[in-house]
Amino acid sequence: MSERNPCNPVSLPGDEFPEGASVLDATSRRTLLKLMGASLGLAGLTACSRPVENILPAAKGVEDQIPGNPLFYATAMSLGGVATGLLVEAHDGRPTKIEGNPDHPFSRGAASAFHQASVLGLYDPDRSREVMHEGQPSAWDEFAAFAKGHFSAMAAGERLRFLSQTVNSPSLEAVRAQALNRFPQAKWIEYEPISEDEALAGAELAFGRAVRPIYHFDKADAILSLDSDFLALDSQTVGYTKDFAARRRVASEKDTMNRLYIVESQFSVTGAMADHRLRMRSGDVPEFVADLARELGLLPAGLNVLNNDPRRRWLAALARDLKKNAGRSLVVAGPRQPAAVHAAAHWINQALGNAGKTVTYVETPRRPQIAALKELAAEMAAGRVETLVILGGNPAYDAPADLEFSRFVKKVAVTIHLGVERNETGVLAKWHLPEAHYLECWGDARALDGTASIQQPLIQPLYGGRTAVETLALISGHKDQRAYDIVRNCWLAQWPGAHGEKTWRKCLHDGVIPLTASPRVEAAPDAKRIAAALAARRTATGIEVNFYPSASTWDGRFANNGWLQEAPDPMTKLTWDNAALLSPATARQFGVANGEVISIAAGGREIEMPVWIQPGHADQSISLALGYGRTACGHVGHGAGHDTYALRTSAAPHVVAGASVTRTDRTYKLATTQEHHSMEGRPLVREASLDTYRKQPAFAHKPDEKTNLFQLFPRFSYDQGNQWGMAIDLNACIGCNACVLACQAENNIPIVGKEQVMRGREMHWIRLDRYYGGPEEDPRAVTQPVACQQCENAPCESVCPVAATNHSPEGLNDMAYNRCVGTRYCANNCPYKVRRFNFLDYHKDVQEVEKMAFNPDVTVRMRGVMEKCTYCVQRIQEKKIQAQAEGRRALRDGKILTACQQTCPADAIVFGNINDPQSRVTQLKKQNRDYTILTELNTRPRTSYLAKLRNPNPELA
Amino acid sequence: MKPLFSKSADKHLRIVVSAILLTVAAAITLSAYLFRPERADTGYQPAQPVPYSHKLHAGNLGLDCRYCHSTIEQSAYAAIPPTETCMNCHTRVKAESPQLQLVRESYATGRPIPWVHIHKLPDYVYFNHRAHLDAGVSCVTCHGRVDQMAEVRQVKPLSMAWCLECHRNPAPEIRPRELITKLDWVPDRDPAEIGRELIAKNHIHPPTNCSGCHR
Repeated sequence: MSERNPCNPVSLPGDEFPEGASVLDATSRRTLLKLMGASLGLAGLTACSRPVENILPAAKGVEDQIPGNPLFYATAMSLGGVATGLLVEAHDGRPTKIEGNPDHPFSRGAASAFHQASVLGLYDPDRSREVMHEGQPSAWDEFAAFAKGHFSAMAAGERLRFLSQTVNSPSLEAVRAQALNRFPQAKWIEYEPISEDEALAGAELAFGRAVRPIYHFDKADAILSLDSDFLALDSQTVGYTKDFAARRRVASEKDTMNRLYIVESQFSVTGAMADHRLRMRSGDVPEFVADLARELGLLPAGLNVLNNDPRRRWLAALARDLKKNAGRSLVVAGPRQPAAVHAAAHWINQALGNAGKTVTYVETPRRPQIAALKELAAEMAAGRVETLVILGGNPAYDAPADLEFSRFVKKVAVTIHLGVERNETGVLAKWHLPEAHYLECWGDARALDGTASIQQPLIQPLYGGRTAVETLALISGHKDQRAYDIVRNCWLAQWPGAHGEKTWRKCLHDGVIPLTASPRVEAAPDAKRIAAALAARRTATGIEVNFYPSASTWDGRFANNGWLQEAPDPMTKLTWDNAALLSPATARQFGVANGEVISIAAGGREIEMPVWIQPGHADQSISLALGYGRTACGHVGHGAGHDTYALRTSAAPHVVAGASVTRTDRTYKLATTQEHHSMEGRPLVREASLDTYRKQPAFAHKPDEKTNLFQLFPRFSYDQGNQWGMAIDLNACIGCNACVLACQAENNIPIVGKEQVMRGREMHWIRLDRYYGGPEEDPRAVTQPVACQQCENAPCESVCPVAATNHSPEGLNDMAYNRCVGTRYCANNCPYKVRRFNFLDYHKDVQEVEKMAFNPDVTVRMRGVMEKCTYCVQRIQEKKIQAQAEGRRALRDGKILTACQQTCPADAIVFGNINDPQSRVTQLKKQNRDYTILTELNTRPRTSYLAKLRNPNPELA
Repeated sequence: MKPLFSKSADKHLRIVVSAILLTVAAAITLSAYLFRPERADTGYQPAQPVPYSHKLHAGNLGLDCRYCHSTIEQSAYAAIPPTETCMNCHTRVKAESPQLQLVRESYATGRPIPWVHIHKLPDYVYFNHRAHLDAGVSCVTCHGRVDQMAEVRQVKPLSMAWCLECHRNPAPEIRPRELITKLDWVPDRDPAEIGRELIAKNHIHPPTNCSGCHR
């Protein structure tokens, strides 16, 4: 509410010549000089009066809005055609922080890294701000006039095509139906580079209809993942992680855990969680599945690939485990695997009796996308398309390379592109229209099982952007032109009568529309067809190239999101770039090391990529992340990474076989945040098998570990009042980066850019350390989140020369930014290296609109100041004040959620009052798996960890 | 060879260095004296765009502080009221007064009245009104007798040292919550005793650690 004007001292008129200097004695030059010197000195002082700072209250107050208190609204964000319900915190009418919606079935309070970072996308200064017509700024009115003339002249629209991203919105479906009614000969094509085409084809093959499997990991005891990173990038929902983690958590040695087997080429987050991982080229997985089917007795005997392979034992043990857990097992096929593998997975699930228990099916309206796009490209090439309306997306950048979309789109007379940014497609289009970000518009969206949520805006469109629904309504002459009316009428039509308004308000409040989930369907697989499809597969030879979505940019749409670009990839810890991932053996074969550039040629196309060696990667296989190397994406993402879409064709959009690799003599600097891979003999991550845990429940405690060490300073008594502590369950943490992004959003943490990351100056308050264990070719991996441990005997506090960091009576290590002079002695002394220093003013070039993303409850730090995790002290204070005001002294456990805790899809982080015997954190710290790191230094940290357990199959142990 | 420095160079050096050190010390002392909050901030009484008189409204007319500053019990900020609040009365009362021209314009156009911020704390201080009011700290403790000010001026330094004085010994400033806006309240017994009772009853523990106010 108050306008900050810290750097503009107000010069009051009329004080240039203070009193006494008004009359100049012309006779004395010396006097004149003396007076001028004095007046200069005094003028300096008078300009030191307080600058006027204004308070600007609204002329008319906004209902419910109290300055200083945030409001929460429910909305939903779609990614990959699937929506997740979110709660968005708004300060003073602008969204600043995203949380999961506890009432949404596929969020349950959690949000992924992409959701957390999306708030920055709203305030992106490089967003599209105005309508562009042939490269010149225009206006919506002009487009409306053009559209009226152009589209009304069309009869049936036989040369009209609509191209959109996956349609996931009932209101858009309704307007689409109207539009296709108006233009019966027009066609609508949906395309996104990361889609479910293979899964659909697999369902078609198995069941003869388009069904989507919904997995219930909380009911599964034995899970096989066929190249599916279902915990992170291959499922579009955080609900799966919640369910999986629920069966992974143990409270004592008497509990049971699920068991995860995975067969994959890349080392994914799911692979790191697996109890048994078989690294295998993606192209060999169909053979594996066929062998598995034989092992389970579904196909006649006669093993194929693995006859003489030591992995035979693995397969046999897997099959026995799945059969033993019939009805409680689950086979999941990854989106990159061909239809035969998906169909086989359905078949095996049926055979094991999992259908209806760990996997259920719903009808899905999805249709294959690449085939449709191919047809569109052919029509464009043949000149049969006169008008192409592109509603969101970036086909000029991410369409399969062989379709040459950006070449043939020039043959279309009128292209209209609606986009949040004027991307590669927007630049080529005749009309570019600014799209409204999901946080600033009305809409609706469906979750994985069809549950619908209404999307409501938290702020007026910053740049007058409009939604796909509104643009389509404009084009097709719909009676409603505003998204609000369209969405509202679409839903009120479903609730006729007096209750409609009430239901609408309730759904807006809850963020979920009840009874909209698609009904479960029964589906019986056609065994003969699946067997035939499996038999028809051939093993691919040569180097294979795999395409994966990026954990940072997804398919490229988040390339200009600095938070995501700087978030380290969960396994490689690379930032700002993608690389060609190879196994150590393959790298040795080609004679390449990290950072050396190779040329990868496949199917007549060639790209150059820097190499990054990934332990545990399959041999003779290369993994490439999509979504980099963009050319028209704003100043943040420009120049980040290399474009791998150039190698991706419609015939092989996921795996390309028979590639060849040649070395170049160039190198490329890659920025990684973790260059150390060893724990240096310190027991930072303690891991054991479930068996060992049962035999030695106290394995996590070293026998000679002293917990009561001698110290010089008198011990402070922490037995009064609130004492804050945290427990992180390494069994649940998957390393997905959601906590890193949530912390960044909540605490105004800056991004530093690739150069600074290479110097180790990334500013994330919580980092995920990924350690490998075992042989280099086939290791295990485990992730450990490390933030400030809030040590009771903090080594940082005793060395600060200006007492900028002190201990609070509630156990927090406080940081007073204004006292800090930047000695960096505290960071030097911190054994956990969790303190971050602002070496430069990382907010120097932040633009006005980007400032709106800041959380006003947390200081924005300047150059020269040390910062670190504070256990979200602003949230603690807020809740304490609230509780005091409401007369409740004791804060209920779970009332205060740190940002990392709140967003974690696996519920791995638990924060609370360790003085409260009933709190969750106290219960967790009492477990025998609980330990603290670097205990021997007598820091007495408040954050402890629960040791990681793996549940290996005793036959394979 | 001729010496580079003359014989008196030493003496000159000592004089100049002493002069510099003395000037620096004097500058520091002088500015510490001139710019300390007790001197620089107290008495700050800037001209406001509208000559609003608390003496008239809160004093003579008896409006409670919370009628306009309605957010103090719910929020960290004691918000200046929106123009709408003024117009609650001034659509009828003194509806034509030239002194209220800016208020009427603001209500008509939606442009805010540019009030001048008086009780300004640095950006790194996160002061919370709600916490203080719940504890029973009256408006008069920090803002003085606003109901007797025709033009509001800052009467307390609001420096960290001044805040800590009370945080370390809050009893004299704690009063029953219902008497917070009674700026002329005179306690019938020792205010510190009343405060101590309330502190014990309501478990009031003002923070003296850094994160109490700085985050």
